[in-house]
Amino acid sequence: MKVKMLSRNPDHYVRETKLDLQRVPRNYDPALHPFEVPREYTRALNAVKLERVFAKPFLTSLDGHRDGVNCMAKHPKSLSTVLSGACDGEVRIWNLTKRECIRTLQAHEGFVRGMCAHFCGTSFFTVGDDKTVKQWKMDGPEYGEEEEPLHTILGKTVYTGIDHHWKKDIFATCGQQVDIWDEQRTSPICSMTWGLDSISSVKFNPIETNILGSCASDRNIVLYDMRQATPLKKVILDMRTNTLCWNPMEAFIFTAANEDYNLYTFDMRSLDEPVKVHVDHVSAVLDVDYSPTGKEFVSASFDKSIRIFPIDRIHSREVYHTKRMQHVISVKWTSDSKYILCGSDEMNIRLWKANASEKLGVLTSREKAALNYNQKLKEKFKYHPQISRIARHRHLPKTIYSQIKEQRIMKEARQRKEMNRIKHSKPGSIPFVPEKKKHIVAVVK
Amino acid sequence: MKGKAPEESLLALNQQEEVVDLLKDYPLSASEDEEDNDGERKHQKLLETIGRLDGKNRQRLAERSEASLQVSEFSVSTEGTGEKLELAELLAPIKPSSSLGTVKKRLKKVKNKKTVELPLSKEENERIHREAAYNKTSQDMDKWDPVVLKNRRAAQLVFPLEQEQVLDAPIEEVLGAWKARTPLEQEIFNLLHKNKQPLTDPLLTPVEKASLKAMSLEEAKQRRAELQKARALQSYYEAKARRQKKIKSKKFHKVLKKRKAKEVLKQFEKLQKVNPTAALEELEKMEKARMEERMSLKHQNSGKWAKSKAIMAKYDLEARKAMQEQLTKNKELTQKLQVPSDSEHDEDAEEDSTLIPDIVNEVQMSIDGPNPWMQKNRGINTQASHIQKKPVAGEESEPEEEEKAGAEEDALLQEVEERRSLWKGSEVNQGSQKQGLRTKAPKRTEEDKEVLAELRTLSKHINKKAKKVRQVGKQHVSPAPAAPKEPSVQREEQSLLDERPERVQTMEDIESLGMEEVSQEQKQLRPGAERRRQRRQQHNHPEQRSPPKVKQEPMIDLHTIITVKTHKANSSLSFPTIVDEEDCDEEVTQKQIIKEAFAGDDVIADFQKEKCEADKASKPKDIDLSLPGWGQWGGPGLVISARKRRRFLIKAPKATPRKDKCLPNVVISEKRNIQAAAHQVNVLPFPFTHQYQFEETIKTPVGTTWNTQRAFQKLTAPRVVTKPGHIIEPIKEKDVESSSSHLGPPTLQRKAQQHAHHRRRRLKKAP
Repeated sequence: MKVKMLSRNPDHYVRETKLDLQRVPRNYDPALHPFEVPREYTRALNAVKLERVFAKPFLTSLDGHRDGVNCMAKHPKSLSTVLSGACDGEVRIWNLTKRECIRTLQAHEGFVRGMCAHFCGTSFFTVGDDKTVKQWKMDGPEYGEEEEPLHTILGKTVYTGIDHHWKKDIFATCGQQVDIWDEQRTSPICSMTWGLDSISSVKFNPIETNILGSCASDRNIVLYDMRQATPLKKVILDMRTNTLCWNPMEAFIFTAANEDYNLYTFDMRSLDEPVKVHVDHVSAVLDVDYSPTGKEFVSASFDKSIRIFPIDRIHSREVYHTKRMQHVISVKWTSDSKYILCGSDEMNIRLWKANASEKLGVLTSREKAALNYNQKLKEKFKYHPQISRIARHRHLPKTIYSQIKEQRIMKEARQRKEMNRIKHSKPGSIPFVPEKKKHIVAVVK
Repeated sequence: MKGKAPEESLLALNQQEEVVDLLKDYPLSASEDEEDNDGERKHQKLLETIGRLDGKNRQRLAERSEASLQVSEFSVSTEGTGEKLELAELLAPIKPSSSLGTVKKRLKKVKNKKTVELPLSKEENERIHREAAYNKTSQDMDKWDPVVLKNRRAAQLVFPLEQEQVLDAPIEEVLGAWKARTPLEQEIFNLLHKNKQPLTDPLLTPVEKASLKAMSLEEAKQRRAELQKARALQSYYEAKARRQKKIKSKKFHKVLKKRKAKEVLKQFEKLQKVNPTAALEELEKMEKARMEERMSLKHQNSGKWAKSKAIMAKYDLEARKAMQEQLTKNKELTQKLQVPSDSEHDEDAEEDSTLIPDIVNEVQMSIDGPNPWMQKNRGINTQASHIQKKPVAGEESEPEEEEKAGAEEDALLQEVEERRSLWKGSEVNQGSQKQGLRTKAPKRTEEDKEVLAELRTLSKHINKKAKKVRQVGKQHVSPAPAAPKEPSVQREEQSLLDERPERVQTMEDIESLGMEEVSQEQKQLRPGAERRRQRRQQHNHPEQRSPPKVKQEPMIDLHTIITVKTHKANSSLSFPTIVDEEDCDEEVTQKQIIKEAFAGDDVIADFQKEKCEADKASKPKDIDLSLPGWGQWGGPGLVISARKRRRFLIKAPKATPRKDKCLPNVVISEKRNIQAAAHQVNVLPFPFTHQYQFEETIKTPVGTTWNTQRAFQKLTAPRVVTKPGHIIEPIKEKDVESSSSHLGPPTLQRKAQQHAHHRRRRLKKAP
């Protein structure tokens, strides 16, 4: 009797070192692995379900302020440090890893209207209702030293906002006009005005650092160029814009948070029409901040929720709310793009995950691969009804839910009315205005 | 009007100047008594006004047509009243002077000047400024378009964009900012300063700094290519040398040696003619070699081998022959000859090689069993060991050196160069090489000794046994070593003739060559091993010689099976082999067994029946609307007429062919599954224009079940990657510069500018 012996090349199954992975031979012949679509679909379904199961975005609440949190600032060099200013003039510096306040100082009498950090992280500036601009050291006073600002500038009018240049020792304040200050001087280098109104916020462009954007209470957004010391262009919207934020990856894109519940993303080269109108909020949008990746932004609203929008989407991909969170006044996306901070009326700062179902901490490579695979599957089967249904599902508080419903009815009614008007009038006499253009009143050169 | 006014005023100014000049140049005497003139002027004025009352008549009176004495010096003739008075005319009557020329010119200039616009209002001015500034900045922004587009389209973006580079700042720089504060520190620093220790001076020399910097990419590439080439060449030479060395035919080697010797002689003669001094040196070298040979006791019957042979020589003719050969060799070597010959050396090596590897391999064979893969590896190893022990003629270095890659790459390059030249020069300076070999000889002999020491006991044993067996197995013992010779000679000739028409140029060729050699080697090794086994068995059972031969068979057979298998896998033309037949047989038997096992239930028939039913059920049926008793007498035994039935029968449309029509062992249900429908996409989603596109995206699986690890990683790579704990800075100007440099020549850039506004439009649409 013949005995046939198996003989294999040890190269195919012997590891070179002990640390190598064991080789598992596998035949990828598709005939051997049938039903790939149904199997992957099941996996996708499981993945999307798990995502919803693990979607627990709320991390912590930082409490300590004795009045509503009016403004916040990120530390430019430290991820764990965040500054916040309250409506009673108190400024607090927080450590996020320890989740505690590390420093408290009474900065102003009345509101802290705005604050920003110096780009190298050594100091920060605050403006308040007491018509002052104050510069503070980032580190606390040493033992025996008094808590005092490094510099104080007393102005003639109230300053309502402040922002620091991204590269130079220059900062800009706004109030009745936009002032640009050198840190070493007590009077502004130049002040730029265009009409008489109170400007609520001013922001430096993080990429083209000489360009500023401001929004005023007479419903306009004005762009300035620091080099030419002139305003550039003004766009007037339907309602007042509360703040704006520049995209940190796309120099000419900025998003404005408007009172009319919408956000408008503009290309600064063509202001006559926004690139996108982001809807979903049911009350005035009070603050907006971009993710440092420039792919998404977060908005805080008076409707007691924050929403995350992809820049190329009309609707939000995520809505965060808690029972106790009141009107959200300020919001910030941390510079590692992992977390979101929001300060609200009821004196708390809340820390959220930017990705609701993301696992925190160090991931093993296999975990990472599995997560990536799940993500890919969700993306692949996103048009399937069950999967999209599960992925879309969010819980909303009743007030917001009913308001959304109401808004929808109102919108439909308006549309119907418009359609009827067009239908019953002479053709061409009532022009069709696209949704994007509806909200732009005028562009002033 | 407005425009003219300033000009006029300017003119007036100039005129005044002229007048002043005139006055200076030609002072009028009449102007001295102004008071008298005043009265007269008034009088004149009065006259004029009175005259004007009449209109023209009065003016005419003033006209002076003829010379008269009574002419007031003030009533200048009003000739040409209608015309404008020109300044030049005013100046004309006075005698021309050079100073007036310049004045005239200036006047002309003033005339040529156009009117100056009024300054704009503040608002308008600002508006223009703003517009210009806006246009400028928005044009500036256009440079970001390519970057933004690239990032939007990127399959994967890794943040932070610029990876942090590890800075290797020298310690002095780090310490530069640091200051001594405490008294202890200050003291230490004082001490250091006193001793003039280098605190802030750079400790690194510029050369060291340069060396810290990596070599440029191109350099590295070039170097790598060089090294690769060198390595390929080296392996090729090694392979060739190995191949030649493996040839066991003494005849071949003899021929080779003779040829080499001839060549050397020729070269030497040439050298004598061309360069007598060099030839002399060569001669000296040869002489030295001879002396060394004389000094050493090689080939003088003092070695172990020689001694054993000497004992054997009494009885064995071959041994005696070998002895004599050695003696002659010794004589040859010790004689003062012109022509050097390295024959004895190589032959010695030959003998060693025939002696050693057989036994070594035998041991290994017994360990590993008949796994051809292992054998192959082993063969390679032994080969390597051979090379290490005995560098082939023409190789000067030991491969051990070569294995220390990296640092000795340069050495390698040099070696290869040398070797190449050597091969090309067909061992011109063999004498020197020989010397090189000599110098290494002791080392080699040491290594050999170790192996030989092991063999010693064995050989003794063999000898003792041989003595005992001598009478009985004299014939058997003697042919044993001789037997493998003949086939080996044949093989050698084959391998000699089997030189390929194509040149070995690439690494792959060389590798394939190596493989062939290995297989050859295995073939060569096996007979040796068999020989050993035979011998052993002879020791144990001198009478039995046939059983080992029988035992060899399965091993060989196994080999044929494997080779056939691989052959079959490689080529589509598979020959009908025994193995295949066996497989077929097995399959048949397997089927038989299954049949037997499931003898009772006829599954196949059941399935076919089921399928038939499903087929029938799915077919649309005719509808018979004929009513029995309608239009005819009713009652029992009623039969519907064929005509009527035909008339009221609604024929069903032809059924579409079933999907499982061509699949004999499948039933595909074509009913709509409501439960599955809930999971299906019923509307074509937005970006897709056709159903196939969408289905295509769904069809391709992503998971590891269907993809290799690498493909899986590529397919599931996330769009945006962020590192936890890393601050992502806004994009920098640098990125624009780098991307614009990618654009390359200016023509391209111009094109990009041309397309800028198109792009902008697209961008507007995109996000």
